[in-house]
Parts: sequence; C-alpha cells; structure tokens
Amino acid sequence: MFEKILIANRGEIALRIQRACREMGIKTVVAHSEADAEAKYVRLADESVCIGPAASSGSYLNVPAIISAAEVTDAEAIHPGYGFLSENADFAERVEQSGFTFIGPRAETIRLMGDKVSAKNAMKKAGIPVVPGMDGALPEEARDAVKVARQIGYPVIIKAAGGGGGRGMRVVHTEAALMNAVNTTRAEAQAAFGNPSVYMEKYLEKPRHIEVQVLADKHRNALYLGDRDCSMQRRHQKIIEEAPAPLLNEKARVRIGERCAEACRKIGYEGAGTFEFLYEGGEFFFIEMNTRLQVEHPVTEMVTGLDIVQLQIRVAAGEKLTLRQKDIKIQGHAIECRINAEDPHKFTPSPGRITSLHMPGGPGIRVDSHAYAGYFVPPHYDSLIGKIIAYGDTRRQALARLQIALSETAIEGIKTNVPLHQELVRDTAFQRGGTSIHYLEERLAKLTRAE
Amino acid sequence: MDLRKLKTLIDLVQQSGIAELEITEGEEKVRISRFGAPGAQSASPQGMVIPVAAAPDAGMVAEADAAAAAAAAPAEPEGHTLKSPMVGTFYRASGPGAKPFVEVGQAVKSGETVCIIEAMKLLNEIEADADGIIKAILGENGQPVEFGQPLFLIG
Repeated sequence: MFEKILIANRGEIALRIQRACREMGIKTVVAHSEADAEAKYVRLADESVCIGPAASSGSYLNVPAIISAAEVTDAEAIHPGYGFLSENADFAERVEQSGFTFIGPRAETIRLMGDKVSAKNAMKKAGIPVVPGMDGALPEEARDAVKVARQIGYPVIIKAAGGGGGRGMRVVHTEAALMNAVNTTRAEAQAAFGNPSVYMEKYLEKPRHIEVQVLADKHRNALYLGDRDCSMQRRHQKIIEEAPAPLLNEKARVRIGERCAEACRKIGYEGAGTFEFLYEGGEFFFIEMNTRLQVEHPVTEMVTGLDIVQLQIRVAAGEKLTLRQKDIKIQGHAIECRINAEDPHKFTPSPGRITSLHMPGGPGIRVDSHAYAGYFVPPHYDSLIGKIIAYGDTRRQALARLQIALSETAIEGIKTNVPLHQELVRDTAFQRGGTSIHYLEERLAKLTRAE
Repeated sequence: MDLRKLKTLIDLVQQSGIAELEITEGEEKVRISRFGAPGAQSASPQGMVIPVAAAPDAGMVAEADAAAAAAAAPAEPEGHTLKSPMVGTFYRASGPGAKPFVEVGQAVKSGETVCIIEAMKLLNEIEADADGIIKAILGENGQPVEFGQPLFLIG
C-alpha cells in the first residue's frame, strides 16, 4: 500500500481524497495554487506544496509542477480527483513514466474514452447500446452531413469528438439550420479542444440521464456499483443527483449494470469509472464514459456502504478486489445537492469571503465541503463549495431529510444556490421522480416568462 | 518538527496580530514571539525560540537547532525578494563540488544565473530579476522549494 499520496486537485474533492488517505494511514501531500494556500485540507495535510499561481494553467493544469511536487516530497502515487488533469492521458502517462502511480485507468484507456467517437465505437464492440448516429466523425464534405442527418432523422445533435461533459454540442431541428450548426460547432471545437472533429447523433427529446458506476482492479475483476440519476441539470451541468435511479425496471437495471462490468473486462479498465447513458422509452443509450471519480460519487457510497475513493487507491496499489457482484447490495436511497457559490436565480458566480457558515447534520445527512466560516471562495475556479447528501430507507425519507437539511443550511457573505435547491426539492414533478434532463431549464424558462 | 511546518507557523505569526505563539507537539515545542520579547533568547533543551521581525517582506530560514535559534534573529530586511518560479530542489551551484553561483555580498545583474532548481530531472537555471547585491540567501542547498518561496534577497 502507498505510504504517501499527492493530491493534485482542490476544493471539496481534495478534502475527500485526504479523508480516505488518512483513514488508511496514508500520508497526504496537497499540491495547491497560491489562491488555495488557506484551504482547510492544505492545513490538514502532512505536507503541502505551492505549485503555482492562482490561474489553473499555471498550477492545477501544470504537469511539470505537479510531478515535481511529487518528486520533492517523495510521494508514491498521485490522485488527480475530477476535472483538471484527471482525464488527461498525457498526464497519466508522464506520471507513470516519472515513476509514480497514477490513481486511475491506464493512459491508453483514458485516451480511448477521451475521444467520444472512438469511445462509442469501443462500446458498440463491447455490446453496449449507443445513441443512434453515424459511425465515426463527420466527414468534411457538406453534402455528407445532410445525408447522415436525413438517415438519422431530425432532430439531431452535433457534438465535438474531443469534448464531453456537456461542452461543445449543438441541436439541429431542421435541414436549413444544419450546415451552419456543423460549421459553428467545428470552429468552437477547434478553439476549445484543439480538435475540430465532430460527430452527429439522434437528439432524444425527453431522456433521463442515468449512469452506472463501475469499479475494476488490475486483475480483470470488474463490478458495477449500481446506477445514479443525474437528470436535474442546467446547461449540461448536474445540480441534483440520486441513487438508485427511480422508477427503473429491476431487470433493466441489472442488465445494463452487467453489460458495463463486462465492457470493463473487455477493455481492461482499471479503477473507478462511470458509464453515462440517456434513458428514453425504456431503453439505454450510451453517450460517454468518465474515466475518473465523479462529483456525485457520495450517493453511490451511501446506498452501497462502500468507500469508492479507498477502493480506487487499493486498486491502484495492485490489490485484488475481494468484493463479488453478489456482495453489492443497494439499500435505501440517497440524494445529493451541489452547493454552488452563485446567485440562485441569475446563476452569476459569487466568490468572496464566507462570513458565517452553518451546515446541517443529523441522521442520514452527509456534508462534503471544504468551506468554513472565514473561508475566501476564490474566483479562479468552479463555484462548487460543497455537497449536501441525504440518505433514507426510501426516496421519500431521503427527500424529507434533504428538505430539513437545506432549511438548516446557512451560508452568509456569498450567495449560494441553496434557495434553488429548496424550491427543487419541493417540486411536485421532482418528488414524483423521473424528470428529464430538460426539466429544470423548462421550469426556469417558465419562471422567467412569468416575471 | 519539519522546516515546512516551522515556516507555516512563522508566517502565521507574521500575518496575524499574535505577539507570541507556543506550540507543543509530542516532545517538541516551539515558541515564536515578535521581535523584542525580553525573555525570548533562552531556549529549553527540547524547544526552540524564534524571534519574528515585523517587516512583511522578511524571508527567513528557521534553524532546527536550539543553540542556533538566537543566531537566526534576522535584521530588518531591505530589498527585493527573488521568489521561486517553480517547484523543485534548490541548488546553489551547477553541480556537487562546483562553486556556488552567488555568495552574500556579491553583485548581480538582472538576467544572471543565481541558482538552479531541479524539477523532473531537468536542471533549470534561475536568473536574477533585478540588479543589486545579494543581501541574503533564503533557500537551503539541496532542499525542496515551492512556487513563490523566497530564494534570495537582492538589495
């Protein structure tokens, strides 16, 4: 087992990783930017190294600085968290070449899943149902795009092959708008990802976002740890997530889980990962795979009783999974609210100093947050300041506990989306469950129109 | 008690309004007091006392040896602090046995190599970013440095 792990991330996930390490008796080194020097987990770390200025490009995305920090502290492994370099195959490669263990899958797997076109093809080969669309990237020829769109049938969605995570996509409803959309998406993809390659898929009208958590070791053992529903989104960013996905046929649940575990075995996946699907009309359609830990992993941890971060570390250290699929039992229901430092209605970011903070507690409440009273939320990074997770024996109980927890939450000095969460938890459609990925935006649009 | 922790404590005292800070950790004890505290020079056998200057730009090296604690009291610093532009290991010379690039009292010009920082098996030459005289060498040869860590005082 590792004696020392370097945490190459920030915010709530850095704290989460640190907690897992501490419980396992592993020393932590936190690599941080100048803006995060006051962070709670930096002060709690065995060692900390300032790796660069506030700007991510000079710090959290700075590969040499991070590897250098591991060198000077004699760390053995690097945990990349989520975002930043966690899905950067070159980083994973350089980490390993420099003599450290990258806590995650092999670089070639990251590369395979990073290109959304090759990921789809790999999944098709592995027997995973995919969103109907064309094989491969859209060719340069304009006429071909029109042909493909006619074959798939409108509406279609144009996606950047190098994108993912909700970025670099455009919906097209009519043929007249097609070429413009293709060209614009290509240009944006080149600018944002350095890769102008785009592909086309059928656009599903009212799908739910359902994903499957998997875990695999370096000895070809792979398990699925149940599913999550992350349909409550705004601009492709998840706001509320829950496990298990409500209103799902049990057989379908097991079938898709088994297929994901089998796909892991086929591609030699190592570590924790998530298969993301759009679910419509009783069918699952693969959209992408995330080869890292996800923000919403706590809801799966609550219903399975497992510590996914510790399992990631164990797998990376070469341990064989002793868990068998029949040991994985889903009990109860968990719902997570992402607390962002932003205006609850305008969604404008709200960095600044938290003057007072009171987080909820009590039975079934888990809070994953690095924030504290007096903490300065820096403007340089994303607005996530914490997650409030409620667990109950039933979805109804989880919802009730979540409502109480949100009402106890008091964060002053900055604006947060707690008021938005309070509205959503009371929403009748959400309480019924099974709302689509467009639900939140439609609801917000209705409110704006009503004003 | 390692250097990094000591440095954090020293920064804490400097930045806050604390006059004196004493921390006991197991068998180790550190007392850090602002410059001018009368009994500050006497050190207990297992502990160390480090006087802290009030000037914000003072870079200092904390000595882990109790006897040397009194000698570590820094003078009021004047000049420009050259901070490390990267994470790595600080070396004063181009190789073991080689003459250090600079010594205290030496004149340097902007652009002259003053030290090496080794990162990822590469030796990076760090240049002075101002003309002047080396007033103090704040990095320790062979020790890790982080981004923004004071290396030299150039006056």
